[in-house]
Formats: sequence, structure tokens, C-alpha cells
Amino acid sequence: MTTATAPPGRAGRTAGPARRGPRAGARGTRGEQVAGYAFISPFFLVFAVFGLFPLLFTFWVSLHDWDLLGTRSWVGLGNYSALLEDEDFWNALVNTLGIFVLSTVPQLLVALALAQLLNQRLRARTLWRMGVLLPNITSIAAVGIIFTLLFARDFGLVNWLLGHVGVDPITWQEHRWSSWLAISTMVDWRWTGYNALIFLAALQAVPRELYEAAQIDGASAVSQFRHITVPMLRPTIVFATLVATIGGIQLFTEPLLFNSGANAITGGTTRQFQTLTMYLYEQAFTGQEFGYASTVAWMMFLVILVVAVANALLLRRLRGVG
Amino acid sequence: MTSDRPRRPARTAAVLGLILTSAAAFAGCGGAEGADGGGDTTLRVAIFGDFGYEKLYDQFEAEHPGVTIVETSEGDLGKYNTALTQKIAAGSAPGDVVAIEEGQVVNFLASADKFVNFQDHGSNDRKDQWLPWKYEQATTADGSDTIGLGTDVGGMAMCYRRDLFEKAGLPTDRTEVGALWPTWEEFTKVGEQFQDGIGSDDVHFIDSATNTYNSILMQSADETYFDPDGELVIDSNPAVKEAWDTALGMSEAGISARLKSFSTEWTAGFKSGSFATVACPAWMTNNIKENAGPEGEGLWDITTVPGGGGNWGGSFLAVPTSSDHQDLAVELVDFLTSAEGQLGAFEATGNLPSNPTLYDTPELQQATNPYFNDAPTGQLFVAGARNLQPVYLGAKNQPVRDAVENAMRSVENGDTSPGDGWDAAVEDAEKAAG
Repeated sequence: MTTATAPPGRAGRTAGPARRGPRAGARGTRGEQVAGYAFISPFFLVFAVFGLFPLLFTFWVSLHDWDLLGTRSWVGLGNYSALLEDEDFWNALVNTLGIFVLSTVPQLLVALALAQLLNQRLRARTLWRMGVLLPNITSIAAVGIIFTLLFARDFGLVNWLLGHVGVDPITWQEHRWSSWLAISTMVDWRWTGYNALIFLAALQAVPRELYEAAQIDGASAVSQFRHITVPMLRPTIVFATLVATIGGIQLFTEPLLFNSGANAITGGTTRQFQTLTMYLYEQAFTGQEFGYASTVAWMMFLVILVVAVANALLLRRLRGVG
Repeated sequence: MTSDRPRRPARTAAVLGLILTSAAAFAGCGGAEGADGGGDTTLRVAIFGDFGYEKLYDQFEAEHPGVTIVETSEGDLGKYNTALTQKIAAGSAPGDVVAIEEGQVVNFLASADKFVNFQDHGSNDRKDQWLPWKYEQATTADGSDTIGLGTDVGGMAMCYRRDLFEKAGLPTDRTEVGALWPTWEEFTKVGEQFQDGIGSDDVHFIDSATNTYNSILMQSADETYFDPDGELVIDSNPAVKEAWDTALGMSEAGISARLKSFSTEWTAGFKSGSFATVACPAWMTNNIKENAGPEGEGLWDITTVPGGGGNWGGSFLAVPTSSDHQDLAVELVDFLTSAEGQLGAFEATGNLPSNPTLYDTPELQQATNPYFNDAPTGQLFVAGARNLQPVYLGAKNQPVRDAVENAMRSVENGDTSPGDGWDAAVEDAEKAAG
């Protein structure tokens, strides 16, 4: 990466320390200082109560064998070593990441294509643009219940349609691939339109002159898309990917509702679609293992850190290629 | 599990109305006359599903001027259990009186200090009001602390579809049907006959192997997954393996609809007729009625269960020590779990009393249910409850049971071989037992 290709964001960042200068000079009276801290204190108070304390307390709990209703005893890092050998935890991790990839990749690609379409001259443009957002304002529980009905074995619409082309009814909950597919469909249905609108907003900020210039140079629509649209959209793609990552790791309601009935929290008979949050919840409230559940929570925190770093590296590479 | 007794909109509306009116009353006449309210007390009752207490509340309120009872009901038992556990652990109970389901009561015994001990209020003198095992279920192992008093028991019977039996060429009269299956082996044979007679892949004899498995298990042993010392005995207790084999035998015979209990498809199956029989504790009748709807009236009937008797579900009422009105709450629990209270609940919902002295009264002996072809529900369920052997369940019964049911379902779906399924069940059970 050369300095010539460094995005404007870099330059902006170096301006940081320079800004600190004048503030240090105008330090002001003691009273002003106190007032300053008072003004910023709400954030720190709220963060301490709702962010820092739960984080540390969860860690404290994770060092114990802590029965939700009964006894508690100190086990040190015992929960962590047990967790590393816990097949169900790794299984849940694989499920979470698998469903995340299976839902996010097509979701962002379709959203990009959709945004491109919505950016054309269309009749009733606002109607279309509003329309793609509709799934997103639907209650997540309603989405879960309706899609579970659509994917039902005996009377589901999906199996009925597949029946017309000669496919035998599929028990969607039963297999790993089918359950992942069904859950990803739910996630995509809800979030594709939202991302399309985000991309659309970014598309409209791309200067028209770039396209006009490319047209004069004889660039095809495809190469215009590749060499102008995608590079200009990079910050937005970063944002959309980040939001999708956060949502993907926290995936809970869709798989839970998809497994309607008894033992919903185990995500299928062989845990084929149990996500990390479901496993955490199961440990805490079916097993009453509060300490172990807290350990899962902390491991999730680490997993999210790893995924976030991997994401950042990947996107930086993408940035360099363009 | 007495899961998913549907929540009643009328009650919700009533509760909401009550909250609104009391809020309005506070806002409107704050400090106008009798500022201290003349000792008005509100008792909060937290239950799941429908316990049929409306009329009993009215009676209690009439006998205790100044007392108002507000009931909150959660439709989903799983959600209710989770919320109750959280709130009890945090020391802020959701009610002055709370319902505890059978599967959860062992858990709460571990923190008996969070509940009022009914023995301090003379419950030991009235012990014979409950089936002995019912009273013991909510009493600590040393016998010194009773955290809840019994409401209903899930006396077992078998519900079946008359129209499907007729189509399959089987008898439909409930005495004749009951005579077909004194044992589970014969029940399986009847199932095979049914499957041959009905000649359809869309209709099966039983809903799933797991429900049948639980019914068999609860009949055949005085302990299931845990011995009274709390040791996991799933591998050494022959009753578990026998129940497992018998239930999966039905699945292999092709008579199971393979529907997970309380799933949307299972619920819909009552209406569409995906299965012809379902293990039927007393509270299930209300469930069938809700799921099959008005057009299902007369299609379902009730008869005796193979193996004679059994229990599935049933509840207790308890008073958390965090309540501000403990004495009054205890009084309410005493009233609701008394013979009079249990009879009132039976008449409202069909939940079978846990008070054995009621079993020979004309109210129960002559009770019939018009939805089920006037089946003599009182006699049928009483017979089921009387033959019942008390079963010891350990504190970790629920997670272990979930693990075993999951393994069984994966065998039933054909994902796992029966041998591997059993190994998985034992392994997962050991893990769940901690």
C-alpha cells in the first residue's frame, strides 16, 4: 500500500493530535474543569452501570460453579478449560459462523444489486424504495413464526412448491444444511432491503461525472460497476458488513422460533442449528449453570473480537486491491 | 410438562382493565377521602395457562373485604419457568402467590429459604388433603420444609380419534377401545392394525415416540434418571432402557407421525388428524379442545391408558418470602388448594384435583366432558391417578429428560441408529447432569 492510495480517512486521523493542542492551552479555571467532567459524566456513569459492571461481574461469575438458585463455589479458570473441551460449544460456534456466512454473503450481494436497480429511473420510485424496507419493520417474532410455518413438513408452502417439481417433503429442522438454509432465508428476508437502502444512499452520493467520463471512454456497464461503484461504496460496505456481523453473532430469535415446541433451546435433535446465544441461554436457564453460562458469554466476547479483527483485515485488503 | 395452555384473551383484557382503572383511581382521587385507603390490599397471583380460579377469587374477595386479587398469566410454560427462576433468584417474586410446575419444584427445593414454609402454617396437620407423593414432591428431603401446596395432578388417560378409528376398522366405543390395549405391546399391535386399516401415509397412530416414552417411563419405575441420592442411574436403571425400546419399537413399526410435542405441526395435527391417539393427562383435554377447535367436537374421545395409570404434569402454589402480604397469601393458597378450591378449578378447566378425598364425590364420579362425546372424565382420570406410583425425579431431571428426548427424536427421524441414539442419550444425560 502506498501513501498515494491512502484514503482520505487516514489524513483525517492524523489531524487528531493537532486538535488537542489549543484545548490544552485553554485549560481554564478549576470550576470550569469540574463542570467539564460533570458534563461528560452521564456517559461514563451509564457506561459503568450498564457496560462495565455487567462485563466485570460476568467475569467474576464465570470463575465460579454458580447454581442459579443454589450454591456457588470458586473454581478459578475451571469453567474455561471445561469449555474448550466442550463439543457442544464448538458445535454452536460452527453453527453461528456457518449461518452468518450463509446469510450475510448473499444478503449483501443481493442488496447491492437491488440498490443498483432502485437507482435507475423507475416509475413510482419512492414506493419501491419504501417497499424493500417493509420486511425490516416486521416484528422479528412474526417473521420467525410465519417462516416456520412456510417451512413446515406437512403443510408448509415451501414443501408444497417443491412437490410440484417432484421433490419429496423435506423436514427442514432435521438436517444441518436445510435448517441453516431456512434460518438464513429468514435473516435475509428481513435485512436485504435495509442494506439495499443503505447502499442506495451511498450510490446517490457517487458523482455522476465519473460515470459520464467512463462512458465517454467506452467503459461497459459491468466495468463501470466494478471500477466506479464498488470502490466508491467501500466505506458503506464496511459499515454494512460490521452491522451484519454484530447481528449474525447474536442470532437467537430466528433459530429459537424455527424449532417450535418442546426443547426449542437445543436447536434441533442433534443441536444442528443451536447458535452461541442459544447455548448460553440453555446453560443458564435449563441447566441453571450460571457460572458456565457466563464463561460462554466471555468466550463469545473473544470470538466477536476475533471476527471483528478478521473482518477489518479482510476489508483493508479489499481496499488495497481497488 | 403442561406446556402451552393457551392464554385467555378475556383474562388479559380483564387484568389490563383492572390495572387501568386502578391507575385512574390513583390519579383521580389521590388524597381526597380516606388517604390511607382503609387497609386495601392487592394480592398478586402469577400463574401459567389457565388454572380456572376466577370464581374462587370472587369468593375470597367477598370473604375478605378490602382485598383485591390480580392474576397474571403466561401462556408459555418455558417462558414462565425462566422468568420465575430469574425473579426468585433475584429476590423479587412476580407475585404474592406463584404457581410452580411439577418439573420445576425440585429445583426450587434447593432454595427452600426463598419460600414460606407451609409447615409453619399447620400444613402437616392437613397432609391427608393431598396424595402423599404430591405433598412430598414439594417438601425437602429431611421433611422439615414444605414450599408449595398441590393444586392438580396429571392423571393419565388416552385420547383417541373416533372417526379415524372407524375408518381403520377398529372399534370406537371407549370401553372396547380400552380393552384392546391393556399393555403397551398390545397398544403397538393395535397401532399396526390401525396403520394397515387406514391405508394412508398422512395419518399415523401416535403423535410421537417421546410422548409415549414418557408415559411408559413414569409408569414403570419408582425412579427414572436419578436415584434418591441424586446419582445419575440412566444407564443402570432397566426401566429407562425398556421404555426407550418400547417407544422406539412403535416408531420402527411405522405408526408414529414423528411430530414434536407443542410444535406448530403437532398443534395443527389435532385439527387435521395427523395422528389418532395422544397420551392424555387431565389438563391435555383443554389443550385438545383449543387445538382442534369447535369443529373437532365429538371427534375425540377418552379411554384408559395402557399399563394402567400414570402422571404427567400438575402444579403447586407457593408464597415467596419476598411477598409483603405473606399471611394473607398463605390464606389464599390454603383456600385455592382446599377441597373446595380444587373442585372449583376442576369444574372450570377439568384439571384433576390432587386431593384424594374428592375422588369418590359425585361431582367427580359423575363429571363428563361434552366435547369428548360425554366421556366420564372424572372416573377416567381418577382411575389414572389412583393407580399411580410416586416417581422420584432429581433436580436435574428436566435437562436430562430434554437430552434423552432429543436423542430419541433423532433416532425417530432416521438421523441416528437406535444403538448410537442410546449411547448419545446416555452421554448427553451425563453432561446435562453436570
